[in-house]
Amino acid sequence: MQKLGMGQAVNQALREEMHRDPNVFIAGEGVGVSIHLNPMFPTHGLLEEFGPGRVKDTPVSEAAIAGLAVGAAEAGLRPVVEIMFNPFFTLASDMIVNHAAKLRYLSGGKSTFPLVVRMKSGAGFGAGCQHSHNLEAWAAHCPGLKVVMPATAADAKGLLKSAIRDDNPVIFIEHMGLYFAPMPVPENDYLTPIGQAEVKRPGTDVTVVTWSGMLGVAMAAAEKLAQEGVSVEIVDLRTLVPLDKETILTSVAKTGRLVVLHEATRTGGFGGEIAAVVMEEGFNLLKAPLRRVTGPDIPVPASPPLERFYIPDDEQLITAIKEIL
Amino acid sequence: MKISAEKQKEMLWTMLLSRRFEDELTELCKIEGKIPGMMILSTGQEAVGSGACAALEPEDVIITNHRSHNHLLAKGADPNTLMAEIYCKRTGCNKGKSGTLHLAVPEVNAPCTSTVVGAGPPIAVGRAFAQQYKGEQRVTVCFFGDGAAAEGSVHEAMNLAALWRLPVIFICENNVYAGAQRYEEHAPNPSMADRASAYAMPGEAVDGNDALAVYQAVREARERALAGEGPSLIECRTYRCRGHGEADPQHYQPKEEIRAWKEKCPIPRLRDDLLAQGLITAADVQAMDDRAEALVKEAVRFAEDSPYPSPEEALEDVFA
Ligand SMILES: Cc1ncc(C[n+]2csc(CCOP(=O)(O)OP(=O)(O)O)c2C)c(N)n1
Repeated sequence: MQKLGMGQAVNQALREEMHRDPNVFIAGEGVGVSIHLNPMFPTHGLLEEFGPGRVKDTPVSEAAIAGLAVGAAEAGLRPVVEIMFNPFFTLASDMIVNHAAKLRYLSGGKSTFPLVVRMKSGAGFGAGCQHSHNLEAWAAHCPGLKVVMPATAADAKGLLKSAIRDDNPVIFIEHMGLYFAPMPVPENDYLTPIGQAEVKRPGTDVTVVTWSGMLGVAMAAAEKLAQEGVSVEIVDLRTLVPLDKETILTSVAKTGRLVVLHEATRTGGFGGEIAAVVMEEGFNLLKAPLRRVTGPDIPVPASPPLERFYIPDDEQLITAIKEIL
Repeated sequence: MKISAEKQKEMLWTMLLSRRFEDELTELCKIEGKIPGMMILSTGQEAVGSGACAALEPEDVIITNHRSHNHLLAKGADPNTLMAEIYCKRTGCNKGKSGTLHLAVPEVNAPCTSTVVGAGPPIAVGRAFAQQYKGEQRVTVCFFGDGAAAEGSVHEAMNLAALWRLPVIFICENNVYAGAQRYEEHAPNPSMADRASAYAMPGEAVDGNDALAVYQAVREARERALAGEGPSLIECRTYRCRGHGEADPQHYQPKEEIRAWKEKCPIPRLRDDLLAQGLITAADVQAMDDRAEALVKEAVRFAEDSPYPSPEEALEDVFA
């Protein structure tokens, strides 16, 4: 099987979908001519292949990019637009939150907005808090949006293809830390369903629910704990909205214990939503209180030791797991 | 307007210091793991920050963007704590929270470097409003790029500033590129200065490689602002000699174009002008350059010798 970084997997999904459906186009700052000549980046080579009619380099105007997607989608095109970094979602958010997410409802179901907003996220680049800020909980809080955050390159390809074919506005967040690590990706045309979590590692003692860049941290912790005889089951959410409650509850029923792990800050983070679902619908399944392991409630600092402190690590996860074993 | 010899020398000095500072950063970036994050330099554009800041008083405010080193040095920021921050050390002006991208130096009235493109102008409006509100005879200068001018926030800021006659000077640093997009690929009107007319404020395009021209334009805009006549827009036409960041191979910038602009470098231009006016001697220039080199060396030594913050310091300096 081919091995690709997540950026390349996204690239493959975009290429295949653009070949499949002439209504798919991409737009964003530097999606065509980028300062990066790097084939590991998601839109590399697409301008050469599809031309400037379908690969639209835009000015630095997030509101215009998102508005372009909304208007074009209503007309039946399938825009896949890029907002360079997750924090800049704030500039696009009127178009996404107040329009993309609401116009189908407002039209009484008459109009559809089949658009995808791709964004890079994640700490770990020393770029500081105006480039590193995970805002998936903001998007998830807004009814009308689907929110997808793949943790593997294979899922990124399958989920992006599903997102492009979906009639809903989809927020698709890619962790930059996954761009450069080669992972197996099927070569064929396949769709990974939106709204289905996946058990990435089976176990019996404790469930860890996680997504995006934190899957690797969960895997590392599980590996270490296995040597101590603790069996960790890892559920990779893949999609936050719609939320696959069934896979979470099935796993908690099996293990009786839950730790939610995410990189985003704690207060109001999506971990709280999962905790609430499990308390409401699976309280009797729990043998111990659940735990959250998250980024602390601070903006992401630039300095390496501070940034490492910010990002949850396997030791923190192991500690949390041991507290409830 | 006659520009005093002192002012002219000050501009040459801050340009030389910025160039030394940033050339050093170019070298440091080649050493793996030395400087965290991205490195975004203003090499070749020094006449803008140096010319503009020379036209300001210490109590005037600047709001800058991701390409900030020259602006901050010209406003009088301490090279040691700037360099230490760029190294992400504890002794840095922002204790390692910022790194190179969002350097905030309130002690020299440079309270905000926003790396969110186009975010500076609305903040400058707020700062200028406070100056007007308190009845201070002060202005706020906002530096932003030609790319940033596409953001709605920039239009909104200019509109409000003009409506309320706020003492803001909008300085659009037109360095031909926004990321990999050439000016004409992101802006339909060849003149950024033209936009001022939409807000009924003065707009002027100046040679951004001519520090004296920048100084002159900012000085006049400052006088208008202090006279209660409101904001101005100054477009400084210059060129980004290096890539967007140090990791950028500049594949989309024609080599001849870079070469031609390097020949128009603002530093020898002002230097030769000062020599021709007899305001300085070759020995003075040498002494200035030696001093800049020594200061930058000292800044690097200071940064290298400084400790990193300890991990828990990440939790400090946040309210709530
Ligand atoms: C809101 C926002 N969108 C995108 C970016 C990414 N970005 C950083 S610099 C830049 C180009 C800015 O061009 P310009 O304003 O002309 O300034 P220059 O870099 O040329 O000095 C872009 C798109 C950003 N930092 N903020």
